[in-house]
Amino acid sequence: MSKKELLNIENLAINYITDDGTVKAVNGIDIKLDKGETLGLVGETGAGKTTTALGIMRLVPNPPGKIIEGKIEFEGRDLLEVEEEEMRMIRGNKISMIFQDPMTSLNPVMTVGEQISEVIEIHQDLNRQDAMKKAEEMLELVGISKTRSNNYPHQFSGGMKQRVIIAISLACNPQLLIADEPTTALDVTIQAQVLDLMNDLKEEFHTAMILITHDLGVVSEVCDKVAIMYAGEIIESATLKQLFENPKHPYTLGLFGSIPNLEEESHRLKPIKGLMPDPTNLPTGCKFHPRCPYGTDLCSKQHPKAIEIEEGHRVKCLIYEGLVDAEVKK
Amino acid sequence: MTSSIAEKRDITSKNKNKKRSQWAEVWRRLRKNKMAMVGLGILIILIVSALSAPLIADYEDVVIKQDLINKLEEPSLEHIFGKDEFGRDIFARIIWGARVSLVVGIVAVGISVISGGTLGAVAGYYGGKLDTVIMRIMDIFLAIPSILLAIAIVSALGPSIINLMIAIGISYVPTYARIVRASVLSIREQEFIEAAKAIGASDFRIILRHIIPNALAPVIVQGTLGVAGAILSTAGLSFIGLGIQPPAPEWGAMLSTSRAYLRYAWHVTTFPGVAIMITILALNLLGDGLRDALDPRLKQ
Repeated sequence: MSKKELLNIENLAINYITDDGTVKAVNGIDIKLDKGETLGLVGETGAGKTTTALGIMRLVPNPPGKIIEGKIEFEGRDLLEVEEEEMRMIRGNKISMIFQDPMTSLNPVMTVGEQISEVIEIHQDLNRQDAMKKAEEMLELVGISKTRSNNYPHQFSGGMKQRVIIAISLACNPQLLIADEPTTALDVTIQAQVLDLMNDLKEEFHTAMILITHDLGVVSEVCDKVAIMYAGEIIESATLKQLFENPKHPYTLGLFGSIPNLEEESHRLKPIKGLMPDPTNLPTGCKFHPRCPYGTDLCSKQHPKAIEIEEGHRVKCLIYEGLVDAEVKK
Repeated sequence: MTSSIAEKRDITSKNKNKKRSQWAEVWRRLRKNKMAMVGLGILIILIVSALSAPLIADYEDVVIKQDLINKLEEPSLEHIFGKDEFGRDIFARIIWGARVSLVVGIVAVGISVISGGTLGAVAGYYGGKLDTVIMRIMDIFLAIPSILLAIAIVSALGPSIINLMIAIGISYVPTYARIVRASVLSIREQEFIEAAKAIGASDFRIILRHIIPNALAPVIVQGTLGVAGAILSTAGLSFIGLGIQPPAPEWGAMLSTSRAYLRYAWHVTTFPGVAIMITILALNLLGDGLRDALDPRLKQ
């Protein structure tokens, strides 16, 4: 293991076992992340992005969620083997998470100052006054006046709430920050502000980040690496440059194709045909084959392996294994 | 007036001591609610008169000494609430009875809120088998009429004021357990609980600091109503000889023993009844105001 390596997820599989069937939310994913690096985890709704994030935090609701196999190595230790009590000391301290909706992820009956100081109290040996002081510093850091630390969440706008949440997540200077669609609930101008803020703070604290999003625009602004998720699998992973200049997987191409182009005049968006498969009843073979324009009989039978087509660029598609003959074009 | 409020707000926002500022804030909001202040005023009057009862009327001479010649005397200037069936001054008995009724009502509800609330919060938060076990036990308790349960407990423990409070407290536990469990169930699914887990908060901290403050509103309302129920249960138990032992005055007992004279001595039942009613009204007004004041979202 190299010294720079922070997180190494291997073959992680998470299922939700319900009476109506087993939902295979995450099916054998591999993620590697170095210190200070940012990974964009991109995929449609239901691709298993959030479950992956909760898996890393060991917060998958159990029951019905269950981590079936795999390992999550963080700073050289497998998080899946750590005792719950120890895991609690990692959460919020070494790994923290930003949730999707700032409107609901703050406690409505606690002041924002209390909520920031709470995480400091839990993980650092400080008394209330000192924790509160540190919380006020954090608040200033995210661009909110510390005189507002006595205010309640409902007195803040959505963008400010998300700033408070960022302050909470960075208060203990974590090694890894998992941001689950941090900008989805915000409007576009605020999105840019929040992203800039996260970027600046990430640089300042030298925090690695996993940014979960379905917005490729956000990815291009913030990330160093990208992993595209589909039906619980990472079907393509590459550096930002490789992926944007040379996308390989038909699904990735479809994603790029569905973004309207400013230069061409088009009246309709070009969506990827079909819907995400039902996770209780995933297709055999390649999970994408029913929607893939290049799909063949073989695709429905054989599960593709991850092929490294250039340094750091891996694709899961039979075309690149040389088993399906097709010319993939943008 | 407005400037003093503004000043106060300024002081509280500068106040670093968060605990004090939080309660000061609740008090500031409560003070704006006129009805709640009326309720609080009535309660304070009741409590003060209960505390100063020995100054108002002598226990031996006025409260329990019988004067059968003047029994059921109508209200007059000398005896403003009249006299009861044994010729005792009703006003003095109500003042002395407040000591018992208020304490029994509030302590019994306190017992049931604390134990029922804890059980309900634990059941709702952890769910699964623990939830099933706790709630089925609560169901068994619910299946027995609460007054019968209280009778059983008092007769097992022996009649005394403390056993009475315990008995009534226990008989109302399932109600609070159910209320708290229901609100905890909806709160624990909210994202801020997940967020609290994600910062490494322990279950104890999550229940205590995140769930209970959010689940408080229905409990406060039910609790203030519950005091009324507890006072009435005390009356019932006193009536069958398991509660407050005669000749000690107690509102519910006064009410139930005097109902035999309802047709020709209206004052004997009316005044204890009014005392109970006013207490309950005051508690409800205060409870309502308190619920609003404790919710920062309603703050203007």
